[in-house]
Amino acid sequence: MSGHSSMRTPLARVRNLGSAHTGTSDFWRQRLTAVAMALLIVPVLVVILTLIGRNQAGAAQILGSIPIAIILLLFIVASTWHMKIGMQIIIEDYVHNEKAKLACVMANNFFCVAVALASIYAILKLSSGV
Amino acid sequence: MVEFALPKNSKISGGKTWPKPAGATETREFRVYRWNPDDGKNPSVDTYYVDTHDCGPMVLDGLIWIKNHVDPTLTFRRSCREGVCGSCAMNIDGQNTLACTKSMHDVGAGGAVKVNPLPHQPVVKDLVPDLTNFYAQYASIEPWLKTTTPTPQKEWRQSHEDREKLDGLYECILCACCSTSCPSYWWNSERFLGPAALLQATRWVTDSRDEATGERLDNLEDPFRLYRCHTIMNCAKACPKGLNPSEAIAELKFKMVERQI
Repeated sequence: MSGHSSMRTPLARVRNLGSAHTGTSDFWRQRLTAVAMALLIVPVLVVILTLIGRNQAGAAQILGSIPIAIILLLFIVASTWHMKIGMQIIIEDYVHNEKAKLACVMANNFFCVAVALASIYAILKLSSGV
Repeated sequence: MVEFALPKNSKISGGKTWPKPAGATETREFRVYRWNPDDGKNPSVDTYYVDTHDCGPMVLDGLIWIKNHVDPTLTFRRSCREGVCGSCAMNIDGQNTLACTKSMHDVGAGGAVKVNPLPHQPVVKDLVPDLTNFYAQYASIEPWLKTTTPTPQKEWRQSHEDREKLDGLYECILCACCSTSCPSYWWNSERFLGPAALLQATRWVTDSRDEATGERLDNLEDPFRLYRCHTIMNCAKACPKGLNPSEAIAELKFKMVERQI
């Protein structure tokens, strides 16, 4: 309630900078990726279970199958995107200092993109047998 | 960061235990939050004993009995005493509700009736919260019919089906039980409109006679104003009128998606 010491009217404080006219895309994408993950989680678990105990050559053989590689790639895209949106919501909920919030949102974006690209690179590398 | 602990001057300390009423055969213990802006002290919880044979059955009856017979300085809002005005909203036994419609017998399992002001709002005195921000948020959704078409000679007409769509929305009495039970509202009450204002926004977005639906949605489409709602449904649990603000907010989000996809 820091704004209470201000001489602005309550309505001016509530209206503040106006509506951002955004948020619906993130809301929709969060649901889209959630449904995608719900559909992909069983095949992904099956792939992970078959990978257990195998060496790199064995893993490369399994991931060499195009459908399996695509399932894993889809799961990486859906989960990292979901992770990025979800973490940003948590940051917006709890971090109120504007500078700290921008820094956290930026770090969250960097982290999620890095995780996504590293995972995609690893899957592509194994599946192409290089 | 969000403050998870109470500020130093809000920490509850001590409290007075008032004597039991002389000659009472049956009493009920009330533990009531007290804070006086004029004495510079921290808030406290006072203990009172209400003569249940001498007062009505509701928590508000108990508070009025205390004010009349024990401690006239006890401060709270009340008006209609029948769940219509929304003035006596407070936190009773951990649940935001109306003191006038909450029976003493239904709280505290026979033990003390714990009464606190609505959570996470500045306190004016004792059980009276400062709802300035809450009312301003209601004003910000412009809760009146907006039209461009010239006003008809008689009335704006509405079909029975369209009128039924307002059921579950128009009954809100703006008591603030829902908004002050919502953690998202606690953390971001300056930017998140909260369940009560959003339920009212849905009421006007849904009204078939209104011609400003798109503008209303534009005004709400914001990561903080609308999308701080994470559907935990404390609002629906708290509402003393049995409404479901969470469902109304979901309706708003659905309309936002509908006009984009």
